[in-house]
Amino acid sequence: MKKQLKRTSLYASGSSAAKMLEARFYNQDCIVYDLEDSVSQGEKDAARFLVYQTVRYHKPDNQYVLIRVNGLYSAYIEEDLQAAVRARPDAIRLPKVEHPEEVQRIDQKISEIEKAAGIPVGTTELWCNIESVLGAVNAQSIATASLRVVALALGAEDYTASMGALRTKAGPEIFYARMQVLQACRLAGISAQDAVFSDFRDMEGLKEDLKTTRTLGFDGKTVIHPSQIDLVNAAFTPSKKEIRYAERVLAALRDGEKQSTGVVSLDGSMIDKPMEIRAKTILAQAEAAGMWKGED
Amino acid sequence: MRNQLGIELPETVGAYQVRPYMGLDQDQPYCGCIVSQRKAGHTKAGDTKLLPSIEDAILASGLKDGMTISFHHSFREGDFTVGMVMEVIARLGIRNLVFAPSAVVNLQGFRLSDYVKNGTISRIEASGIRGELGDALMSGEIQMEHPVILRPHGARPRAIESGELKIDVSFIAASASDEFGNCTGQIGKNPCGSLGYSFVDAHYAAKVVVITDTLVDYPCCPTSISQQYVDYVVQVDQIGDPEKIGKGAARVTKNPRDLLIAQRAAQVITASRLYKNGYSFQTGAGAISIACTKFLAKTSKERQVTASFALGGITAAILEMYDEGLVKTLACSQSFDAAAAKAIYDRPGVVEIDNADYANPYSKGCYLNHLTFGVLAALEVDTDFNVNILTGSSGQMMGGLGGGPDVAAGADISIVALPIIRGRTPSVVKRVFTCCTPGESVACVVTQAGVALNPKHKHYAMLKADLEKTNLKIVSIQELQSLAESLTGTPKPIPTTDRVVAVVEYRDGSVVDVIRQIKTEP
Amino acid sequence: MKLIKPAIAGTLESSDIQITIAPNPGQGIQIELESVVKAQFGDAILDTIHQVLQQMDVTEADVRLVDKGALDCVIRARMQCAICRSAQQPYNWAWEDNTP
Repeated sequence: MKKQLKRTSLYASGSSAAKMLEARFYNQDCIVYDLEDSVSQGEKDAARFLVYQTVRYHKPDNQYVLIRVNGLYSAYIEEDLQAAVRARPDAIRLPKVEHPEEVQRIDQKISEIEKAAGIPVGTTELWCNIESVLGAVNAQSIATASLRVVALALGAEDYTASMGALRTKAGPEIFYARMQVLQACRLAGISAQDAVFSDFRDMEGLKEDLKTTRTLGFDGKTVIHPSQIDLVNAAFTPSKKEIRYAERVLAALRDGEKQSTGVVSLDGSMIDKPMEIRAKTILAQAEAAGMWKGED
Repeated sequence: MRNQLGIELPETVGAYQVRPYMGLDQDQPYCGCIVSQRKAGHTKAGDTKLLPSIEDAILASGLKDGMTISFHHSFREGDFTVGMVMEVIARLGIRNLVFAPSAVVNLQGFRLSDYVKNGTISRIEASGIRGELGDALMSGEIQMEHPVILRPHGARPRAIESGELKIDVSFIAASASDEFGNCTGQIGKNPCGSLGYSFVDAHYAAKVVVITDTLVDYPCCPTSISQQYVDYVVQVDQIGDPEKIGKGAARVTKNPRDLLIAQRAAQVITASRLYKNGYSFQTGAGAISIACTKFLAKTSKERQVTASFALGGITAAILEMYDEGLVKTLACSQSFDAAAAKAIYDRPGVVEIDNADYANPYSKGCYLNHLTFGVLAALEVDTDFNVNILTGSSGQMMGGLGGGPDVAAGADISIVALPIIRGRTPSVVKRVFTCCTPGESVACVVTQAGVALNPKHKHYAMLKADLEKTNLKIVSIQELQSLAESLTGTPKPIPTTDRVVAVVEYRDGSVVDVIRQIKTEP
Repeated sequence: MKLIKPAIAGTLESSDIQITIAPNPGQGIQIELESVVKAQFGDAILDTIHQVLQQMDVTEADVRLVDKGALDCVIRARMQCAICRSAQQPYNWAWEDNTP
């Protein structure tokens, strides 16, 4: 159940053995081992080995594990992919994606590596970071560029820089990008991940920001510090009403299955696949918050 | 023979008769009158107790070969008094002493091992012997004929009152005293706060020497230990450095791992149905403990829950709770930092308590019997919930028993808070290297990887029901152990010889475990 | 892989290991181990180091290990990194496809 949740994804730098080890114990749903921004130029090789070994042999259970590789045009990307795919994470997170062709190119490379390593082709999922004007404009085609793409994540700092905008806590400057990412994800049926709230000491600011995250409809948010995790998770805690409805949706589906009625409806409206996914997510969120016991 | 925990023990260690631990809340064999070495005295108007030097006081006390001496450790690593006194004793050529302080901590510029090597000290009884002497004993570099007897804080007064530990001369460092021995730790140049450990020594030792660096006009006010118990008073330049009592204790940890563990420990407290107005707590002084106190304070403020008392070693963090009205009384058997040391004098609800009053259940009453929550640090805990607070798993002496075993047994809910691994060393293990606190007295273990409840604890069902309503991750202790081991690999057991270097006594004086000398590789 | 120059990988932080490796012509493998967990994990650490040397086909090396309680996966990563740096060659990731 937990694996369906992508409320929080925490970055853990590949530059520190201790921090990588500790990161697995926090409450985040997704952990992102980073080879990119948090690793200095001279330590890229060391971080790659460390992340590979950690994910390959000590992959945390019950968490969705990602590896963020270096830029698609950097000198490191080829070897990053060689290592990252073989480490068998749930997904690879690509920084600054701007064109669907980039995703297709990476998709192909991943397939080759999967084949060579004896991993079923298509296992490795992709999260694409949208962090530029181009990325935001092309979000919809990026989201559908490959079946591997299961989430788009907004990177607000680089995006605002590319817009010549000022980054504020209230965030009007990223509203358009947020909506672009959201709509692209909704159309593609994938997870929409909101931008980081950078000031990890400002808990009140984070709470305000989360109201927007939730209102707009994001599924999760990237966090940069463990202290942000509980608040972000809590923001995705469903109401009792939502939980009851989700239970009814799934119960109706089960009944329908037993009776082989084909189309199942509830309160006069048909239950489609997105409704089922949404219901399952609500219950997973409720379970994670201790509000609902799984039925196994 | 084996004790109730299944730990193999020798029948005797030298002249020491081993009485195996048989479970919590056992009676102690002694039920006679309180044993005291204190003699009736006769002081007349015009007498003075002030002597010019430590040497004069030692000579006047009649200290001789083979006698027992004691100190408190309230200055912790900032203590100067032990070093000053021991140097004079050695110079006077007095030998074969029993060294029985409340605890042995690492002191700067004082090596206890030197006094063992030169024969000044031949026996040690304390709450812990961390530091170079402990390591030297475990490695066999120094060998003592008699095993070190380690007792938790509450057991020391019991051992004294039952006559197992008879103190001939007690040296009490006091930050202020008058010429007649009315003294305290609360005022003066270098206050250490509570003199909690020394009351029992003052009451029952044959001779009591007060050593102070601030001589005040008669009468010393406030008085912690009164003149009626004191034989001699000596003034020195400095008895200790209060800034070193809690090294960095005032600062709150930024380590996210420790914060996480602390937060979850606090959540266990605040999720319990026993967390309501009038509850009580003891959180201790480690990094996790102090952070836990901060989290507890935050929730207490939000939910407006007030504690009746906080107990034991008091820190600045607990003092803040007092100042905010979140706890009514601080019962200090020890002051863990300079801020707490000054607080007894300033604040009416912050009181100094005798260590026996704190933790000795073999009396007519102690605070611990009224404690709701206790948070304990540990080096290791095993799948039977037994706790090790003494020895590192590679065979070093790392800590002291302190009040750990007492708090675990006394508190309704005792919470052991520790990281699941430290570096490559697993801290949740199959069998602790040294058992200090029997698992039966531990309600739960809080780690960053989840909370394990002890099914054998008296309040298991209640705590389980309360915690299941939270988002705390409840796991079994076996899961924690196997997770730790899956990360670290299986550690190679540390081989030991048959030679017992220390005996770990429980509250009732029975033996929970022994510490054996490490077998060094050839 | 043939070692060309002395190289270092890893740090002296807790939970890490610093590995210094240098060519050792004609002298085979020499390993010096300093570890905070030597008593319990000294043999396991040396095993891992030997495995990586063998896997990367290094037959002559002077290896110095200063271990601050690194997990096995960290030791492996640091050792692979040190060898590649010393050999001035990239790692052949296909080697990993043969390990279970």
